[in-house]
Amino acid sequence: MQIDVSPLQSATMLKPHGDVDMSCARDLQGALHQALRAKPERLIVNLEDVSYMDSSGVATLVEAMQIARKSKTSVVLCNLQDRVRSIFEIARLDRVFKIAATADEALAN
Amino acid sequence: MTRSPTQTADAVSATAPVVINLLSQARYLSGVREFIFSVARRFGFDEKSASHIALAVDEAVCNIIRHGYDKRADGQITVGLWPIPEDAPEGRNTEGIRIVIEDSAKQVDPDKIKGRDLADVRPGGLGVHIMKQVMNEVTYEKRAKGGMRLTMIKYLSASPSEEGDNHAD
Repeated sequence: MQIDVSPLQSATMLKPHGDVDMSCARDLQGALHQALRAKPERLIVNLEDVSYMDSSGVATLVEAMQIARKSKTSVVLCNLQDRVRSIFEIARLDRVFKIAATADEALAN
Repeated sequence: MTRSPTQTADAVSATAPVVINLLSQARYLSGVREFIFSVARRFGFDEKSASHIALAVDEAVCNIIRHGYDKRADGQITVGLWPIPEDAPEGRNTEGIRIVIEDSAKQVDPDKIKGRDLADVRPGGLGVHIMKQVMNEVTYEKRAKGGMRLTMIKYLSASPSEEGDNHAD
């Protein structure tokens, strides 16, 4: 799957494109691990172009959040489409992740 | 009219009005999702509920690939679906959808298939919770000839106002 990586001043933004399911969760996992190795202050996952995510994708993000905590990197999700937000709500992870409405908000907070 | 899971016998492919046969490979998930979503919409479900039904099937098939077949790529999976009632006329909303998923993977005690405690935040283990949360009925059983059968039912009347009122184990 295509994943754009943008290094910013004190943050790194990852922007995956397409559905995130079991068939490509490993691609996202690889990109997250690579981004976290640089220990940015903030890792922003921009889900604007992700129209669907299953629990494989959610599990990948949970794992990244746990790795990030060890290096005090803050993980922020932004631009969640309704279908994607729904799975976070069903799994009650919308209370666990920092979720911003927009990329600008994710950078600002 | 609904059927108990045992009434489906071992013949989903012979009795369901529509059947998807796939190998245990994740690359087919998106096609299965799109098909289920499309049929659920035709049965009268709104976009959110149809999306949830497709998600439940996705999670079920993922679990079969991951745990049932241990990611083997040559396992057989059959997904059959019925309108509720089965003789619901075309062109009208149904009362719901019944989905039966069969595999020939290793058997598991159905009582041991449970969603995990959501307070324990960790990767994985969410699939069964999601299925139970978005569907009205989720029933696992061992097939007589080996493998497992999962029956999931979603009623139209529970959509969307009652959605999210279900609570998994």
